Amino acid sequence: MRLYLAVARASVRRHVTYRAAAFAGAFANIVFGLIRAYVLIALFQTKPEIGGYDVAAAVTFCFLTQGLIGPIAVFSGGLPEVAQRFRSGDIALDLYRPADFQGWLLATDLGRAVPDFCYRSIPPLLAGALVFELRLPDSPALWLAVPVTAVLAVVVSFALRYLVMLAATLLHDERGVSSVATILALFFSGIMIPLTLFPAWLRPIAELSPWAATIQVPADIFLGRYHGFALVAVLAGQVIWALALLGLGRVLTARVRRRVVVQGG
Amino acid sequence: MVDAVRAYCLLARTWTRAAAQYPASLAMLTLSQLVITGMDAVVILIVFQHTSSYAGFSLPEVMFLYGTSGVSFAIANSTIGTVDQLGQHIRAGTFDAILLRPVPALVQVAADQFSPRRLGKLVQAVVVLWVALATLDVDWTASRIALVPVMIVSGVFIFGAIWVLGATYQFFAVEAAEAMNAATYGGNFVTQYPLSILSRDAIRALTWVIPLAFVNWLPALYILDQPDPLGLPTPVQFASPLVALVLCLIAALVWRAGVRRYRSTGS
Repeated sequence: MRLYLAVARASVRRHVTYRAAAFAGAFANIVFGLIRAYVLIALFQTKPEIGGYDVAAAVTFCFLTQGLIGPIAVFSGGLPEVAQRFRSGDIALDLYRPADFQGWLLATDLGRAVPDFCYRSIPPLLAGALVFELRLPDSPALWLAVPVTAVLAVVVSFALRYLVMLAATLLHDERGVSSVATILALFFSGIMIPLTLFPAWLRPIAELSPWAATIQVPADIFLGRYHGFALVAVLAGQVIWALALLGLGRVLTARVRRRVVVQGG
Repeated sequence: MVDAVRAYCLLARTWTRAAAQYPASLAMLTLSQLVITGMDAVVILIVFQHTSSYAGFSLPEVMFLYGTSGVSFAIANSTIGTVDQLGQHIRAGTFDAILLRPVPALVQVAADQFSPRRLGKLVQAVVVLWVALATLDVDWTASRIALVPVMIVSGVFIFGAIWVLGATYQFFAVEAAEAMNAATYGGNFVTQYPLSILSRDAIRALTWVIPLAFVNWLPALYILDQPDPLGLPTPVQFASPLVALVLCLIAALVWRAGVRRYRSTGS
């Protein structure tokens, strides 16, 4: 455990260096948050309530989800850095380490997410609060649940991206696999439009998908849509997705380990 | 100018041939571009699931805005979009090599990594525009018909100029590349919708500061016979070519100033 903490800490330190780039990304997220908010405001002028959201919830949703793009790494597809190491052969080094391959990468990814939460999640929320009236968590239990769901969201997102990386390795096609993964992540996470606005037949499928657990679920918890038992249940849902996807990743890792061919020299 | 265009075509053809070496990969990337960018159209369809009139616009009218913005943007993006990689060239030191070659630096940077896959976006935008034109309930007078190609071409140059201006910014702040996405991709995104959904001040900013309103919004007001929330005089709705010209001149001047200011990283 100490090893993984050290790995995570090193990863935090490495990513803190890219502060300027992170703020530049946050700026783009803010602008998109503003546009998306105005798009939904115009829609909510025709109806005061759609799918359990009112206009304040919808506006807050826009800035929350834009803030999650960085930490959840929505646009990254898989784990491009690791895929690059498979290509260069450096992966042999990673597989030889006296540490768990998946655990090492998870620690690295959690470490990466910490500065992203600071530099890319908070600025959009602050900017949104300056322009609009946002809906903030209204109970201590929710304030406690928000960091928990945020971390779980990163873990689920990592587990998904890890699977994508393995699939890319097995199929020898990084770009194709990761673009399919990006399409699914964009559509089913709620980043384009809240899943609550989806047509009735598609909404339950989207809401039960693992991608919803990375963006839609944390945003809904922040918005106070779940209390008491329901809150525990959705958090448990995130845990189940995290464990299931990480478990699948472990099984496949064993297969990749046997199949990976390192071209030496 | 002719030489520059010829050099650009040569470089673009070279990169296309390089990309065509992997036809399956190219096809898949083009398709994924089509789907990813087409998701914005799906969002519009979902919005219209809940209402038939959005900010006073019907679905075909919003699709018309989406299509014109998308076609302009896709053409600008595939021809000059890679200028946003300028920061990479500066960091890697390859910009030094670019400056040494007897071809304008902007042409080289714009043609670099040219890939037909970006045209995936063009395909879906053309389809949406086609459907919009077929279903629009508009009295197609000669001036309205003529304005459609004029606004699309003007839009290409406005987006292109914004791309160059955004890239030039990287001469001054290499790390800030992503902030410029707000003006380029954000500009495409916001012009897919009636600008009247924004606050008055935001519309003014998008008219006079970053003139994205001239890409499609102002000419579309004339074509669709919709009221202008700012109440600007009608000639403004025909001013897109002029705005595109001025913006391109500004972009060219700023680019030159940026190149003159450029200092090699020296590593």
